[in-house]
Parts: sequence; C-alpha cells; structure tokens
Amino acid sequence: MAEAQPIVPPLAIPQEREGARPFVQVLHDWIVTVDHKRLGIMYFSYGVLALVVGGIEASIMRAQLAFANNNLVSPEVFNRLFTMHGTTMIFFAAMPIVFGIANYLTPLMIGARDMAFPRLNAWGFWMTAFGGIILYFSFVGGFGLYGAGSAPDVGWFAYAPLTSPAFSVGHSTDYWTIGLLLSGFGSIATGLNIMTTVLCMRGPGMKLSRMPMLTWLNTVMAFLVLLAIGPLTAAQLMLLVDRYLGGHFFDTQAGGSAVIWMHFFWIFGHPEVYILVLPAFGVLSEVIPVFSRKPIFGYSIMVAATVAIGFISLSVWAHHMFTVGMTSYANAFFVASTAAIAVPTGIKIFNWIGTMWGGKITFKTPMLFSVAGVAQMLIAGLTGIMLSAAPFDWQLGNSYFVIAHFHYVIVGVIVFGAFSAAYYWYPKVTGRMFNETLGKTHFWLFLIGFHMTFDFMHIPGILGMPRRIYTYEASRGWETWNLIVTIGVIFQALGVLVWVFNFISSDFKGKLAGNDPWDAWTLEWSTTSPPPDYNFAELPVVRSRRPLWDLKHPEDPDWKYE
Amino acid sequence: MAAATVTVPQTDMPLSANLRGKVGMWCLIIAESSIFLIFVVAYLYYAGKSATGPTPAQVLDIPYFASFCLFASSGTIWLAERALHRGKVKQFGLFWFLTLALGVTFLVETGIEWDRLIYHLPNGASLTISTNLFGTTYYSLVGLHAFHVTVGAIGLTTILLLTLFGAVKQEHAERVSVFGMYWHFVDVIWIVVLSVVYIITR
Repeated sequence: MAEAQPIVPPLAIPQEREGARPFVQVLHDWIVTVDHKRLGIMYFSYGVLALVVGGIEASIMRAQLAFANNNLVSPEVFNRLFTMHGTTMIFFAAMPIVFGIANYLTPLMIGARDMAFPRLNAWGFWMTAFGGIILYFSFVGGFGLYGAGSAPDVGWFAYAPLTSPAFSVGHSTDYWTIGLLLSGFGSIATGLNIMTTVLCMRGPGMKLSRMPMLTWLNTVMAFLVLLAIGPLTAAQLMLLVDRYLGGHFFDTQAGGSAVIWMHFFWIFGHPEVYILVLPAFGVLSEVIPVFSRKPIFGYSIMVAATVAIGFISLSVWAHHMFTVGMTSYANAFFVASTAAIAVPTGIKIFNWIGTMWGGKITFKTPMLFSVAGVAQMLIAGLTGIMLSAAPFDWQLGNSYFVIAHFHYVIVGVIVFGAFSAAYYWYPKVTGRMFNETLGKTHFWLFLIGFHMTFDFMHIPGILGMPRRIYTYEASRGWETWNLIVTIGVIFQALGVLVWVFNFISSDFKGKLAGNDPWDAWTLEWSTTSPPPDYNFAELPVVRSRRPLWDLKHPEDPDWKYE
Repeated sequence: MAAATVTVPQTDMPLSANLRGKVGMWCLIIAESSIFLIFVVAYLYYAGKSATGPTPAQVLDIPYFASFCLFASSGTIWLAERALHRGKVKQFGLFWFLTLALGVTFLVETGIEWDRLIYHLPNGASLTISTNLFGTTYYSLVGLHAFHVTVGAIGLTTILLLTLFGAVKQEHAERVSVFGMYWHFVDVIWIVVLSVVYIITR
C-alpha cells in the first residue's frame, strides 16, 4: 500500500533533547519516575548491562576452555565464573529484558495510560536492581570478615549440600541467596502488575480476544511468574534457615534431603525457562506478521497453545533430575509431560511458517532476527525432545550437549527475540530510525558467531565432555571443537558491539521515524514516537485484532470478518 | 518537560479499573500460596523423619483458643467492611479494633506456645529450630504464617490510626476490603497449617 496516513493528528509538542537540562535534574527524573515507559527502558538497559557482564564472564570461561590443559584461570575462579554467569544471565539479564519489553509495551498495546500500579512498578524495578547489586557486591564482601571477597561458587542452581555452612564458608552463598530473594520479590510485583493491567486496564473495545499476541504471551508469562517465583523464594528462605539458624532442611546427616532442594529449585527453574521464552515467542508473533504483510495465522490456536505451554510447563520440572535416579513411574510421567510440551510449541512454529507462507516478506533487521529465532527454536526443540527421553538423558545429562541445548533456547530464541524487539520498537522508543546496514551487520556477525559456538558445542557433549570442568586432557579429541566454540564468541561479541554503537549513534543522528515506520497494526503505532507521557491523545475504539488496519482501510476493515 | 502546554484529554478509565485492587490482591494471594505450598510440602515430606526427639505427638497441643481468635477475626473484619460500606465509620472502627485485638491475641498465644516448647517442656527437653527436622519445619511453617499475621496486624494498626484521625471514609470501603482479602487469606492459610501440623501429622 501507499504511504501510511497519520491516524491521529500528532499533538504539537517540541521534543526537546534532555541533554539541554542539567544532568542532575535528568538523573533525578529517571530515579523517581513511575512512568511505565521509562521503567521499561530502565529494565531493558539494566538487562543489557547484565548481558554484557555475563557475556564477559562467559568469554573468560571460553578462553580457558579453548585449549587443553589451559591455565588462564584457576579452578576456584572458574567455579565462580559459571555461577555468576548463570545467575546473572537468568535473573539480571533475561528477566529484566523480558520485563522491560512487557512494561513498555503492555499499556501501549492495550490502550492504557500506564500500568495498573505505577508505584509498585518502580518498586519492582528497584528491588531487581538492588538484588543484582547485592549479588555483585559479593566480589568485595563475599568472605565477610574472613579475608578477601569472593563471588558465590555453588552453581546457579546451588545444589545442596554444596551450600551447607560446612562446604560454603564465608558469605558468598548468602549474597547469592539474598540477591535472588530481593529480585524475586521484584519479579512477583511486576508479574502481579502485568496481570492486573491486562485484566483491568484495557481500552475501549480491546477484548481479551482482540489483544495483540505479545500481550497474550506476557499475560501467561506473568501468571507463571506468580506461580513459579514462590517456590524459589521458599527454597531460599529454607536455605537461610539452614545456614543461619542451624536448620536441617537440606542437611542429610539429620535426615534432611539434598534431592528435595533439587525438586524445589526446578519447580521454579523449569517454568522460568517459559517465563523467558514466552515473551520471545510474543515478539516473533508481532514481527513476523508485520514483515510478511499478513495477519497472524491461527490467532486463537496460538493463544490456546500459549496457555497449554503455561500449564504443561508446571509439570515437567523433574526432567532436570533423570540422572538423580527416580522411580520408573516418575521417570515415565516426566518423559511424557516433557514430550507433550513439544506439541503446543510445534503448533507455534507451524503457525509462524503459516504466517510467512505466501506473504510479501521484507527482510528488515527485526524480521531477520525473528526468522532466525523460528529456525533456532525448531532445532532447540528437537534436541529438547531427545533429552526428554530418560535413557538418552542418562547418557548425556550434565554434558556439553545439555549446555548446547539450553543455550540454543536462551541465546537462539530469547536473545534473538530480544534483538528483534529492540530493532522493531527502537523507532517507537526513540523516535528515530536505526542504521539498517549496521543492523544487518550485527545480525550476520551474531548469527555466524551463534552457530559456531552453539552448533559445535553439541559435539564435545556427545564425545563425553562434562559441564562445569575447568580444563581437560589433550587426548580426548575435544580440542578442535572447543576452539571453534571459543572463536564463535568473538563474532558474537563484535555483533553486540555493533548493536550498542548503532543504537547510541542513531539516537543522535538517525532520521526521524514518524508514528508508524513499519506500517504496523497494533495500537502503540497510533501514538507519537516517542509516546507522550499520557500515551494516547485520542484512543481509537478497537473493533478487531488489527485496529490500525481498520483505520487505514475503512473500505475493507478486519472486523467484517472476525 | 515539553515547553508548550497541552491539555491532556481526559479519557475515561476503563470500567474494570476500579477492580484492580482486588485483582492485584488475588495475584499476590496466588504468589503467596505457592510459597506456603512449598513449606507445607516440606513439612509433610519430613513428617516422622526426625533423627531425634521430641516428636509432634509428645509436645504439640491443638491451639483451640488461638485458632478461635483468628477465625473470629475474619468475621469481625467482615462486619467492619460492611459497616464502612454503609457509611457507619464509628461502627467500622470498633469492629476493626476488635479484629486487631483478636489478631494480636493469636500472636501472643503463638509466643506463649513457642516459649513453652523452647523452655518449659517436661524432663528438661527443648524444641528449637535446630533440634531436629520437626523443629526446623515446624518453626519455619508456623513462623512464616505468624510473620504474615504480623504484617496484617501492622496493616490493621495503620488503618485503625487513620480511622482515629478521621481519614477513613465511606469512599474508602473498596480499598479497605482489598486489605480485608489479605486478612481472610492469612486466615485460610491457618486452616491449612492447623490441619497439617496439629491434626494430620500429630
């Protein structure tokens, strides 16, 4: 179609650069803000910062593992690195990025002025932020009075009895526990807020059955946050009781059980994977239709599949524990439930392909990341089904094959989805276009790096390389593969550098984006870029799933067919 | 800030916006329930697995009076909410005070029970959080509940003080009943804790 018509006459507000005001005033505004857009940006930036920190930790580990018998870092430091890498990436990179996207877009997509509880929203962000600061303070204060600082070294899942006072002296484990407790409270607050916003704050005509897919997926994500963070909080409280009050929850000598910690942790841990991946699915479901110029294929089935994933994900946790040795009935149950979750996930992949099928596809940067995300989700899902079979898992559990599998999900889908979202909504957030060439450079660098690292990581896993080892003998035949894996990291790091440079420089020099640069269909594109404090000057009444299509095409609106 | 002054259009809040307190509280209740669920599972899992005594059957008595106080407080808070809905602020204050008194009595009773378990068991025995698995799980579960009662009591006190200063009016009935939901939730959790700790596993 021709040039997109401005739907709502933009209010004549001169968008002044904030740099014109004293820095302290700007900083003060950001710190005391309760605006969902600013909090969204803060969540996202905090996540990107943590992504870089966690990425540096990963790079040091990869440098250590690039060659056999390497001694770049000591075993103790290596343990701290993988603990901090996992904890940082899950709780302080992925969660804030996901919450940032949800915070910024949920009110805009459903036509609300802000979240249901703006102050609680700010509280949630600052709890998460302080949680991360406390975790990293352990580098200075981890041993407390005993000597120099040290980061936690018990793994991101902190299996008992490694966390008992006998094996974890000093306070590094406590910083880990308290950091996660705080960020958990923040997550519950944000989950509650998203849920309430979606249920209570929708604009005129925005029925649940007309909500954008991303909002639907964020709603299910918020529901999982409410159910899944509690078990982690409870387990952390028990760990504190054990460590400080002499309790025996995980103390095997007094009859306690180390395995029950694993259960409690994974009852949280597996839904957590879906908390992170569902919003990424949501991003894919927004980007792919717009760049294929077709409405999403099978909207109601997509929603049903999402809800199904949400429920099934609560019953699969013990597939992380096949190697512990459970009864054959328990094994059979968790094999079946894990394999079952592939069905709704498969429906999603099918529908994304159905959306692209016969569409007028344009491969702008956001679309590139989304299409790669779909392909990588397929591969990650296939290795997931392999690992869901208990006998296969007995062979490859705790090997690099598992590491490769879940990084395929987390990097290949969640991080690619986050990049896709960043590019897609960048014009809305900043009001300016990013540099497309640099965007494509970022994509190809990251894609090549990702596949070098995580495709080839499967192979040493199959050859028997266990996870969490700090070095290995030259005779095992793992060297070449590990070297390729490490070289891939360089490409990924370069890609991220290009991304950060592109976004910062485009914020100053990019050409103005206008309200709706992608000719999209959801409500956030009907307001100005960046949106004013009050979000919408005038709210269009929603009559279908694509409100902006209806406004642009009064001769053939969607609501005639829905 | 924008230099030009703009009149922000007054879009009507969606109808369901006044429900958001209740929906938010329901979400909190779901999240809290999952925390309690894990503690209850741990209690049941470790029941009878302690390596040493004392056992629940030896030391625990069903806390009839404390339970009666807490259950009664759910009734008085309901009466208080009803009074406020009808605009009877004095009656509201009275029932609200009664609720607080019952809640505090429950906490005092818990304190007395813990004092007995720690210092006054027969034959010089003692049950602390580090004595055995029973002690660990018992004090954690009952303590977590008592912590929630304490938070509730602080909330009750705050609203009582606001009432005494004359700040609570009929128009706040909705918000007050959101707090009431939390108090009912704490009460329901006590039904679970009472059944699990004092009846099923004793």
